Amino acid sequence: MDLVIERLPEINQAMLETFAMIGVAIPVAVLLGTPLGIWLFVHAPDGLAPRPRSHAIVSGVVNMIRSFPFLILLIAIIPFTRFVVGTSVGTAAVIVPLTINAIPYFARLVEQNITQLGSGAVEASRAMGATRGQIIRNVLLVDAKPGLIGSITITTVSFISYSAMSGLVGGGGIGDLAIRYGYYRYETPTMIAAIVLMVLLVTLVQFAGTRLARASDRRVTA
Amino acid sequence: MISLSHVSTTFAARGHEPLTAVDDVSLEVPRGSIQGIIGFSGAGKSTLLRNINLLERPTSGQVSVAGTELTGLDDAALRRARHQIGMIFQGFNLVNNLSVAQNVELSLKFAGVKDRRERLRRAAEALEIVDITDKASVYPAQLSGGQKQRVAIARALATKPEVLLCDEPTSALDPFTTATVLQYLADVNREFGITVVIVTHEMEVIKALADNVAVMEDGRVVEEFPASELRREGFNPRTSIGKYLLSDGIRLDRSGPAAHGSESGEQKSGQSTRRSPQHAESQDQGQTRRSEHAALAGSAGGVR
Ligand SMILES: Nc1ncnc2c1ncn2[C@@H]1O[C@H](COP(=O)(O)OP(=O)(O)OP(=O)(O)O)[C@@H](O)[C@H]1O
Ligand SMILES: [Mg+2]
Repeated sequence: MDLVIERLPEINQAMLETFAMIGVAIPVAVLLGTPLGIWLFVHAPDGLAPRPRSHAIVSGVVNMIRSFPFLILLIAIIPFTRFVVGTSVGTAAVIVPLTINAIPYFARLVEQNITQLGSGAVEASRAMGATRGQIIRNVLLVDAKPGLIGSITITTVSFISYSAMSGLVGGGGIGDLAIRYGYYRYETPTMIAAIVLMVLLVTLVQFAGTRLARASDRRVTA
Repeated sequence: MISLSHVSTTFAARGHEPLTAVDDVSLEVPRGSIQGIIGFSGAGKSTLLRNINLLERPTSGQVSVAGTELTGLDDAALRRARHQIGMIFQGFNLVNNLSVAQNVELSLKFAGVKDRRERLRRAAEALEIVDITDKASVYPAQLSGGQKQRVAIARALATKPEVLLCDEPTSALDPFTTATVLQYLADVNREFGITVVIVTHEMEVIKALADNVAVMEDGRVVEEFPASELRREGFNPRTSIGKYLLSDGIRLDRSGPAAHGSESGEQKSGQSTRRSPQHAESQDQGQTRRSEHAALAGSAGGVR
């Protein structure tokens, strides 16, 4: 216990690093992944405005990034990372691959959410003379909202766990702390404290996400 | 009001034979009339209806609504034209995560009514037409099928269209609710002079509502007659499909193998008001009307 108290500054620091990683990667993924997911939906071969060729290419790139093991992606894009944040080590450096990985991850979830909605309301909107943009804003995103909130939750949870691998480039974070102290230094109490914190964080995110999603869902009777 | 001239729609899917869903159909729907389109599943009714507002662009032929040739319009002009053509569907197609009022407001938003207060006022007005103002703030999941369809009607009417297209609007509803919804459509036609096109496979619906009937088979309109003929003694549809539709054959097939005789008995002579419509007993209890149909359709009525 004393040991854990002694490590509090490091634990504190690690939590802040995790917040930084998630706090940048997830919002950016949502900001860029949402339009990308919508694009994939709209231009799918059976979508609102089919563009089979470019869809196949974009979809292929999305799949490629998604299927890269995170560690390999992290190393593979080091030049790009250095270009963006000026360094290839530290928390800032790990945020780049995390974000790159999270964008297509979230985009697929968005695409899936919208695809699941069914075409009825879209058809009605087309009949009402709506533009594609109006349909996306007023119908698809509205009906997909609870699902999208769920997707943000899933992405956040997944990437809290992904961020533990950031130690490879000195990225830090609470997961990395657990690995460094628990695995390399045999400081089991510190490791347990770190893991408990991670579990708490994930639980909190999941709880909040579920509440928000439910509050925004009027599609079923309460 | 609506003029279809040699309209054909062919679906060409890769690896499949091209399928001609609508085959050289020409049809005139006079202003203020109710045009019924009846036919079996796959006859091309929905495709033809969707040809009218170009939800499905015909492969060939011309479509004109209110004097505008829609087939010649660009996308923006077509969208503007669609504000004058309401449409309702079998599955209601409401936005489930929006309230009733917001759903109705949507058509006004799409029609370019910028002022939100104005939209809400007109949405309330439209909800009043279908007597559902009390549900304005609830969500579709809390509504019955009939209520959902009434909201869909309100949504379609909010922009004050000249034409209302209905694709099997009552096929998901029970007979009583069907009658209620049809009554609203009749009212809307009468009060606002809206031209209505209704696609259905239920002769009952045609009989209750339509002024003119077009019978479709294999993508073609094989027969047209005024709906009043359906009430004329000795009326004999020209085509076999027309005869069959008139004969109640569909209803017999749908009520299953066992003819259950006792439940309906006499045809009630209730008044045809909105709350207790006369054809509350139709569909499964088709016996009530069967004798009538049998008389009309001649020998064809004697099936089973
Ligand atoms: N988008 C489409 N792509 C390919 N084929 C289609 C498409 N839409 C309709 N069809 C085909 O066109 C034919 C006519 O379909 P349509 O939906 O117009 O029939 P319908 O008379 O409305 O039938 P139902 O009573 O079952 O609704 C059917 O064979 C159908 O499979
Ligand atoms: Mg149909």
